[in-house]
Amino acid sequence: MATKNSRAAARLLVAPSVILLFLWMIVPLGLTIYFSFLRYNLLMPGTEEWVGVLNYSYFLTDPAFFAALFNTLAIVLGVLLITVVGGVLIALLLDQPIWGQGIVRLLVLAPFFVMPTVSALVWKNMFMNPVNGLLAWVQTSLGMAPHDWLATTPLFAIIIIVAWQWLPFSALILLTALQSLDEEQREAAELDGAGPVSRFVYIMLPHLSRAITVVILIQTIFLLSVFAEILVTTNGGPGTESTNIAYLVYAQALLQFDVGGASAGGIVAVVLANIVAIFLMRMIGRTLET
Amino acid sequence: MGSIVLRQVGKAFGELAVIPSIDLEIADGEFVVFVGPSGCGKSTLLRLIAGLEDATSGHILINGQDATDLPPAKRGLSMVFQSYALYPHMSVRANIAFPLKMAGLPKHEIDAKVATAAATLNLTDYLDRKPKQLSGGQRQRVAIGRAIVRQPSAFLFDEPLSNLDAALRVQMRLEISELHQQLGTTMIYVTHDQVEAMTMADKIVVLNRGNIEQVGSPLELYRHPDNLFVAGFIGSPKMNFITGPEAARLGAHTIGVRPEHLRVTTDGGLWSGTVGVAEHLGSDTFLHIQTDTVGTLTVRTSGEVSLNHGDHIGLTPDAAAIHRYDQKGKAIR
Repeated sequence: MATKNSRAAARLLVAPSVILLFLWMIVPLGLTIYFSFLRYNLLMPGTEEWVGVLNYSYFLTDPAFFAALFNTLAIVLGVLLITVVGGVLIALLLDQPIWGQGIVRLLVLAPFFVMPTVSALVWKNMFMNPVNGLLAWVQTSLGMAPHDWLATTPLFAIIIIVAWQWLPFSALILLTALQSLDEEQREAAELDGAGPVSRFVYIMLPHLSRAITVVILIQTIFLLSVFAEILVTTNGGPGTESTNIAYLVYAQALLQFDVGGASAGGIVAVVLANIVAIFLMRMIGRTLET
Repeated sequence: MGSIVLRQVGKAFGELAVIPSIDLEIADGEFVVFVGPSGCGKSTLLRLIAGLEDATSGHILINGQDATDLPPAKRGLSMVFQSYALYPHMSVRANIAFPLKMAGLPKHEIDAKVATAAATLNLTDYLDRKPKQLSGGQRQRVAIGRAIVRQPSAFLFDEPLSNLDAALRVQMRLEISELHQQLGTTMIYVTHDQVEAMTMADKIVVLNRGNIEQVGSPLELYRHPDNLFVAGFIGSPKMNFITGPEAARLGAHTIGVRPEHLRVTTDGGLWSGTVGVAEHLGSDTFLHIQTDTVGTLTVRTSGEVSLNHGDHIGLTPDAAAIHRYDQKGKAIR
């Protein structure tokens, strides 16, 4: 089928969508790069002028940038740790034959369907609120002073909220992976004298490695740009304690009206995301091969 | 060091009794084959012995000790699965070493035992490969290696050759029989293939619907099948069954004649018929003959026969080799 003619026709036919997708990506990227070299402030229209790398040097020397960089990585790593470890444990539990399995699985999956702003508000007002929150109530009934999550440990609070949202995703992927484990392999390991812990370490965990890789890669993409949860809970504060790069770019563009600075921040974020991606592929991408 | 006794062992899944009640004794060093059609409970029986299923009733004695409630690992048995169940992420070496590692043996001892097992099975050159880099027969050998390295009191094989092609199956059959001679360990082998049963077994256990139909050596079962089921199951091509007046003449409800015990003559003979399809195997020819009085019969003759489709011939059974069965299918002796 792959004659010269059919290949030319195929190229011609896919061209429109390829061109559209290319423009879709290159125009925003090109404009962002262009803006990042301009002094472009919405409060001073008409004064745009070329400033070279000034926006970059301001953004990269801003102390808030280093705080945001640390916070971004802390959120990614913290959430990954909780969701992968918790996901494996939940998947192991859900794999057990229990009564009402279907409903339990649905309930476990539910948080993933709640939109980020809503779940963040629920956590903020119903769980972590120091006066009305459920967690505060638990603490006061135990005779302790309530902990003000969002004021004293904002980053940790956000990690918990985001992890709660992503736990169902990893649990579900890991559950399907666990279910694809050959039953005879489990039985063989059992006959070989492997106890439950050994079976988990030597048989199940290696079998899950590929699914865990997928979970880490997909989640990292989304976790690098956590935004809604920060906006509705802490607004990046107190100070910059819970500001990540995405939120910093937002603050630059829409709170300080500095489009040029925000564009520079955006490009920096793209570069950082690529660095993270390269590291990830180097470290764990090998398990996806073959 | 490897006797297994089943006492009224039963297994039910909910309401469904897969195995009503089985008594069986397997002596040390015997090669026992469980054979039967699919769904007859032979794999379940093996899994009961292995401890992968809990017996609903009865007792399983291994080496004289009650093992009914022992977990699989404590029974001192090892099993080769139909899918081989190799650990895909481990090298051949790690696969074979796994049971020893789980038993907590020191490293140098594990290495020595793995090397011995690999040498026995011609796997020495493949020790560092992953299972997916091996052929079907090699995988099979790795699975056997993992089983023998623990020096169990008995081996359990669950249809181990069903995933191999015909030529390899014959070769592995020989290798397993050879291994049994070398090790002298009890082996229990499950198959639906009566040829495997006949060629490998010291003792065949024919199962049907969870019950033992007959236990005996291959030739015993071939010569003296206890009932119609065993008569039909053992032997290839299948035994011919004849009912009606011809059977009544010999005082039986059904008579059975094996294809190799029918003699073809150009005329005369006890029964006459026309030649149908002839299957030429080179060494033998199987003739399907439409007789006038007793239905279609299969006849086994030598490879060189000059009979054509539609020829009229006569058939005479070897009188000493006619099996007689009563109304219930039991043999009349």
